[in-house]
Amino acid sequence: MTGHSRVSNAPTALAVRGLHAARGTTPVLNGVDLEVATGEICALMGVSGAGKSTVLRAIAALQPFSSGTIVVDGFALEPGPVPPESRLKPLRRKVGFVFQAHSLFEHLTVMDNVTLAPVHAQRWTRERAREVAAGLLETLGIAARAAAYPRQLSGGEAQRVAIARALALDPHLLLMDEPTSALDPARRGALGETLSALADQGRGLLIATHDVDFAQDHADRVAVLADGVLVEHGPARDVLANPTHAATKALLEA
Amino acid sequence: MTTSLLRATVLGSTLAVAACSTTSAAQAPKPPLRWGGDAEGGAPFVEADPADPSRVRGFDVDVADMIARGLGRQPQFVQVAWASIGQSVERGDFDIGLSGIEDRPELRERQSLTIPYFEFREVLAVRPADRDRFHTLTDLAGRRVATLGSTASYEILLGEQARSKLTPISYDDDVHPYTDLVAGRVDAVLLDHIIAERRLRMLGGFVIQPTPVATGHYVGVLAKGNAVLRDSVNAILRDRMRDGSLEKTFRSWDVWDDAQAAYFERVLADTTVRGTPNVSKGGASALSYLPSLLRAAGITLLISCLSMALAVAFGIGIAAGRVYGSSVVGGALAVYVEVVRGTPVLLQLFVLYYGLSGVVRLPAFLAAVIGLGLNYAAYESEIYRAALEAIPRSQLEAARTLGLSEAQILRLVRGPQALRLALAPMTNDFVALLKDSSLVSVITVVELTKQTAIYAANIGSWVVPGILCALVYLSLSLPLSRFARRLERRWSLT
Repeated sequence: MTGHSRVSNAPTALAVRGLHAARGTTPVLNGVDLEVATGEICALMGVSGAGKSTVLRAIAALQPFSSGTIVVDGFALEPGPVPPESRLKPLRRKVGFVFQAHSLFEHLTVMDNVTLAPVHAQRWTRERAREVAAGLLETLGIAARAAAYPRQLSGGEAQRVAIARALALDPHLLLMDEPTSALDPARRGALGETLSALADQGRGLLIATHDVDFAQDHADRVAVLADGVLVEHGPARDVLANPTHAATKALLEA
Repeated sequence: MTTSLLRATVLGSTLAVAACSTTSAAQAPKPPLRWGGDAEGGAPFVEADPADPSRVRGFDVDVADMIARGLGRQPQFVQVAWASIGQSVERGDFDIGLSGIEDRPELRERQSLTIPYFEFREVLAVRPADRDRFHTLTDLAGRRVATLGSTASYEILLGEQARSKLTPISYDDDVHPYTDLVAGRVDAVLLDHIIAERRLRMLGGFVIQPTPVATGHYVGVLAKGNAVLRDSVNAILRDRMRDGSLEKTFRSWDVWDDAQAAYFERVLADTTVRGTPNVSKGGASALSYLPSLLRAAGITLLISCLSMALAVAFGIGIAAGRVYGSSVVGGALAVYVEVVRGTPVLLQLFVLYYGLSGVVRLPAFLAAVIGLGLNYAAYESEIYRAALEAIPRSQLEAARTLGLSEAQILRLVRGPQALRLALAPMTNDFVALLKDSSLVSVITVVELTKQTAIYAANIGSWVVPGILCALVYLSLSLPLSRFARRLERRWSLT
């Protein structure tokens, strides 16, 4: 797969500086610096437990951080407890999150999952929300499943619905947690193409993964997380072809 | 000598002693006269003696003593619910029932009755302001008239209901009809003059109309096959009327008057007054009770549905308060739940209806709905709280990343999913509520079980009414369970 050079001097979608965070009293992040440009796919790599999910959760304001700054497209999150949802409205429109287990709303159809936020959080008319949702489902190749319930979907379908739901509000930054963990190789290729198309539309994508092949094939940049700091980062091909840090080497050997 | 032999010897001598004592028991004085009455009925009939609550006193107690003495036996009191005295004596629980029992045709059909030993008048009690308005039952057309359930006066009111649209209200005790009369919940009370006069002395606040609605008699009730004892009792009662000891007793309880003297004279002059004429009336058929049972089933269903709606609404509020509220709110709600779950619903209904009547005078039906509703709200809230807490955190986080407010997450994501989890235990509770609704009869609402009890008391058997009642309850609860199972399958999350 080629064509990874979408980004040159594109504006920043996400800037993380000196991020410290803990799980309980155990420090997990010890000063993470990370940038994602618009139009770029950045793979956040590391072994299980390296803190990849914690970075994503802190950016999505699902968990507090003790110091550092997170700026998403001009919206800054401060250290300390997670602010109330009412103060996070601008962030919610800018950041989409696709969870590892998809976390679709089990009691709603595919269509209702995708239109829930536009209708209720953004007060769109139902018609407009359905129109946008239908377009997204069409693009993602699951228009035929609009009336299905999550329990009736395959793993790949459920993931595409989760992506459609996260994209419904047209966020600048899309966060994905281990998107390939439940996909077979053919589906991984299809997912990569979908993500490239999303980046081409001018979004920044930050993807937490330990899937080296996927990162090699589809990411523009790779950032490797170990012991709570970034130990290596740069263009995907360079980092993964010539690893310098032990953690990156360990990832490649796994 | 071995131990087993020793044991056999000891056993043998024990048996010998036991055999001796049995022989001597046969030669002992006659067995006690077991007589049944209801001390809850109170003075002047039978009440717990204030000086020694383990003993009873009252004119019925004195009459029982007189009869026992006449038979050369010791009286022994057996406590029994008043409405069950007839069936209890038939079962052999005691020899004779004496507790202000009215001579009624249905009773005569099923049991042996003694000659009446007291004549009473059914009198109307009304508020002083209505003294000149309500003289007779006809004057009370369209009004609420209270009385004791399963009594002759209740029968009179039921008969009048068909004619004049008067509403009979049945109570389980003879105090609350009068307190409710004074409080304005009912417009009149029809009961025995003895009861009315006693309540007037104790409570006041009402007047007794001088013209009686009917006349009745108190009798002793014996098992149908026990005519021998009945005849002995009748002879004793006549003797005590003749020698003045009955008069003395009634005077000592302040229930003697000229009408009583005239009645005794009539009894003594007319030797044909024997009690228990044993007329067979055929009895009302089960069918004739069906409309009133169905009406009562409607009341049961209505109370259950309204209470459940209230319980669900309050339960959701309490659960949301406990899951989302501050520690103060959560603590207060937890106290409510524990107090309500930890005390009997019967007590709560009494407090709501009678206890609070000085502050707020709730109509019985409303008090029933509120009482059951608030009680079940405590149980429902625990179901909802558990269901809310069972929704995975990832569902809530997904909703948050989409920009939904906490209230929207509860309304659109957490609540609907929790409701599906709560459905099975909720159905269970509703079926339980359907049956618990029978408790509201204590605050004068006649629902299915109460109506069945009235029906059973009238025909003197629980077999047919019990089966009919059970069928009606089942026909209400079974479709409900089926409906819930279908919904559950449709909503199944996996």
